[in-house]
Amino acid sequence: MTTPSVPDLLEVTDLRTVFHTARGDVRAVDGVSFRLAAGETLGLVGESGSGKSVLGRTVMGLISSGPTTTVTGSVRIGGHDVHALKPSARRRLWGPEVAMVFQDPMTSLNPVKRVGTHLTETLRRHLHCSRTEATERAVDLLRQVGIPEPARRLRQYPHELSGGMRQRVVIATALACDPRLLIADEPTTALDVTVQKQILDLLGSLVAERDMAMLLVSHDLGAVAGRTDRVQVMYAGRTVESGATRPVFAAPEHPYTEALLASIPNLAHPPHTVLRAIEGNPPDMARPPLGCRFAPRCGRAAAGCTDELPLLVGVPGSAGVTGREVACHHPVGLSAPLEGNRHGR
Amino acid sequence: MARRFLLPVLELVAVLFLVSLGVFLLLSLVPGDPAVAVLGEGRTPAEYDALREQLGLNDPLLSRYGDWLGGVLHGDLGTSLVPPQTAVADRIASALPVSLELAVLGLVMALALALPLAMWSAYHQGGRADRAISAITFGLLSMPSFLIGLVLIAVLVNSLGIFPRNEWVRPGDGLGANLSHAFLPALTIALMEAAMFTRILRNDLVTTLHEDFILAARARGMSPLRIMVSDALRPSSFSLVTVLGLSIGRLVGSTVIVEYLFALPGMGKLVIDAANQGNYPVVQGAVLVIAVIYVASNTLIDRTYGLLDPRTRRARA
Amino acid sequence: MLAPEPIAVRRRDTRPVLLLTGALLLALGLAVAGWAAGTTVLVTLVRMLVLVAGILAAIAGLGRVARGVRGKPVDVVFWLGMTWLVLILGAAALAPLLPLGNADDSVAGLTSPIFAAPGGIGAEHPLGTNNYGLDVLARAVFGARTSILVALMAVLIGTTVGGLVGMVSGFVRGTTDRIVGILSNALLAVPPLILLIALGTVLDPSIRSIAFALSLLTIPSMVRLARANTITVAEREFVLAARALGAGRVRLLLREVLPNVVLPVLSLAVVMISVLVVAEASLSFLGIGIEQPAPTWGNMIAEGQGGVMEDHPYIVVVPGICLFLTVFSFNLLGEKAQKRWDPRAAKL
Repeated sequence: MTTPSVPDLLEVTDLRTVFHTARGDVRAVDGVSFRLAAGETLGLVGESGSGKSVLGRTVMGLISSGPTTTVTGSVRIGGHDVHALKPSARRRLWGPEVAMVFQDPMTSLNPVKRVGTHLTETLRRHLHCSRTEATERAVDLLRQVGIPEPARRLRQYPHELSGGMRQRVVIATALACDPRLLIADEPTTALDVTVQKQILDLLGSLVAERDMAMLLVSHDLGAVAGRTDRVQVMYAGRTVESGATRPVFAAPEHPYTEALLASIPNLAHPPHTVLRAIEGNPPDMARPPLGCRFAPRCGRAAAGCTDELPLLVGVPGSAGVTGREVACHHPVGLSAPLEGNRHGR
Repeated sequence: MARRFLLPVLELVAVLFLVSLGVFLLLSLVPGDPAVAVLGEGRTPAEYDALREQLGLNDPLLSRYGDWLGGVLHGDLGTSLVPPQTAVADRIASALPVSLELAVLGLVMALALALPLAMWSAYHQGGRADRAISAITFGLLSMPSFLIGLVLIAVLVNSLGIFPRNEWVRPGDGLGANLSHAFLPALTIALMEAAMFTRILRNDLVTTLHEDFILAARARGMSPLRIMVSDALRPSSFSLVTVLGLSIGRLVGSTVIVEYLFALPGMGKLVIDAANQGNYPVVQGAVLVIAVIYVASNTLIDRTYGLLDPRTRRARA
Repeated sequence: MLAPEPIAVRRRDTRPVLLLTGALLLALGLAVAGWAAGTTVLVTLVRMLVLVAGILAAIAGLGRVARGVRGKPVDVVFWLGMTWLVLILGAAALAPLLPLGNADDSVAGLTSPIFAAPGGIGAEHPLGTNNYGLDVLARAVFGARTSILVALMAVLIGTTVGGLVGMVSGFVRGTTDRIVGILSNALLAVPPLILLIALGTVLDPSIRSIAFALSLLTIPSMVRLARANTITVAEREFVLAARALGAGRVRLLLREVLPNVVLPVLSLAVVMISVLVVAEASLSFLGIGIEQPAPTWGNMIAEGQGGVMEDHPYIVVVPGICLFLTVFSFNLLGEKAQKRWDPRAAKL
């Protein structure tokens, strides 16, 4: 990875999130690093339970060290070390610096609050504007996310809106204070297939218009494929492969990425069944395997794989592609014989 | 539409009618002769008979009920059998404000105690404060209100001498004095209710705090206190409102006991004294008035669901 | 912590450490509590606080010892409560056979000292005497007999009648259901204690009639619970199937519905016991229930009024503690029962 002269908007360095549970320590995120510049979109993909949602929340600082949780490593958003800040200072970042779009618009809006209140309270908290100003801005925001009759919608309650409309409201609240970084945590998983595309297009155009950085967390490779600049594949809390989206999807190096891509044709399945194509289950994060975490499920695993944890290293021979990295003892691309068997596109 | 509104109203009327019938019949079966209760023993049979005639006790039961109910509908609840033989309605009119003040004050104090405790407890779910509050409230729920009252008297009145007892100052004779006399009885009433409210609300708050919209509110940079008050409290208060309805019955009970304990001239004292003297018109009137207030307040509480949950509001419109 | 986060693991102490610190804490707690109970140096408030702190420390110590012995956390409060219930129920059942003092013969009491201070174990009046020279320990035990007998009888009547009416009403529905609903609403329309006072005006204050009056309190909630559970069960497929196969109504009620309704109703019954113990005590306290000199905890506590409590605190303290511990223990039991058998009701 090249080090840019200007510091990136988001710098995540060796981030670890450990939950202390009755069953032992669960390493949900286990040493993840990446950078993100303004205007860039990074896709974070992996199965459910791969730690990508926890990663998103830890990046934002919603999950932080406490009696039951330990976070190490660092997250810098616009120069602020998120986990070193006091809670009150961290809260001031949430809105103007970084914002989050949640998975389920049915549950992420307060059922007893009007749509408008969600927007105006955020605006008034961070921008300290008057009630009328906040309302004007809220109307404007709803218009920007493509909601017809915005003034009337403001006075409605969430249950009076359709799922797609609600997700638009969620996006509007996230955008209310013009954040520089948007974390979208499975933003389309809970929506109808027809609405999914609209929401993704909306997010894409808003990010482009505002020159925001976006972290798109998803298990849906189809969603990530066309709409991200780079992609980072997660397995059992670790990054197994990263690089520019197109080459990674065109020629995966890690057997796990390959297996994920093999399951794309089954996109018509309901969420969370997509990955049945990979045999076995993700490892128990309280007792992860000693060596490569994917080894027990990997068709290419050899003797050394179960003993030694592979590190993330630059892929040789891909000089034309920036920052392609993989964590595998036996990457797919380096042993040519399997190339004919490769699925996907 | 008519069915939706008319049926509950008809049921309400039926319930109140049954209550009045029950109260009347029950107390007409009083063993012993009311005439003897009034005049005492050792009078001539003619004297008793004259009084019975005067009280209408010689008429058939059903016509007596009719007369009584007719009177009730005109605000006439009969006359006390025991001197001073004043109108029951007047006795109730002077006793009711005392009880209402105590009950309302108790309820307000209970909520004022329960809301912050429940929020604190839920915020530190599983922590020391939460477990301590849970243990204390469980203990309080196992204390009958007269025990709570006696403990408070032993500690606050006898040991520390902070509060006056056994007196009542009407609000008209000085609001400050009135409140200082009402404080201890009201606190007695409040403690048990507060324990109940705290437990119910805390459990619902814990559930609500795990909702996505709470996480979303945090992600918008809202402060924990603001999230508690503005996001979590309202969706968590449905069970509390249900319990509030049920607790009014208990509240009436503890008000009665507290009035007896502190010798305050409210409905409870009125009804207990009347019960001990066999003064059945007073018991009849007081029970009926209490039942009407009780049913009315429960109906009122049912209506507040709509204010709390916009989803049910739409269903009615 | 607003986010759903896993529960922290407690640091595991080794067994000897647990046993040692537990035993120390237990001994210290008991010593402090004992001193606070006996001393006259401190003000009442401080004494009570020290006493409670001592008892809590002793319980915490006992918990540690139990954890050390069993190797896992033990709910000592629950087991202490159950021990109390066994003790008090045993004492109540065997009261006439126990070597107790004079509980209710006020004529014989004339020859005994009045307001004798508690003498402790071995004394003639271990917990003292009251204003009639009656033995407070004997009265507490016979009071338990009355209080618990009345509550159990009332719960038995209420559960049987309320459960059956509720089941039939929920199964038959229609007009029967509506009438039952209005009747039980009418019972619920009078606050419980007021209903008891009204009944107390009419009924003679015997154990049987008080039990009858108390049972009226339990019937409406029993009817509601049994009815709600019956409706849920009756709409389940196996009952519909049995109906379609032409099974008789009575048979269906007994074979299919009853087994599903019994457990929630029973767990409510346990909770009701403590409610009724309190109700009986309140009634006796108000002088409307069981009459002196026959002892119940309620009328024993009432003896403390009018300045007696200030000079002879044990007159109130003894029955007060009995009442509190019994209600507390029944509440613990009821909570456990509801958690297991009626999860919907276990909100508290």
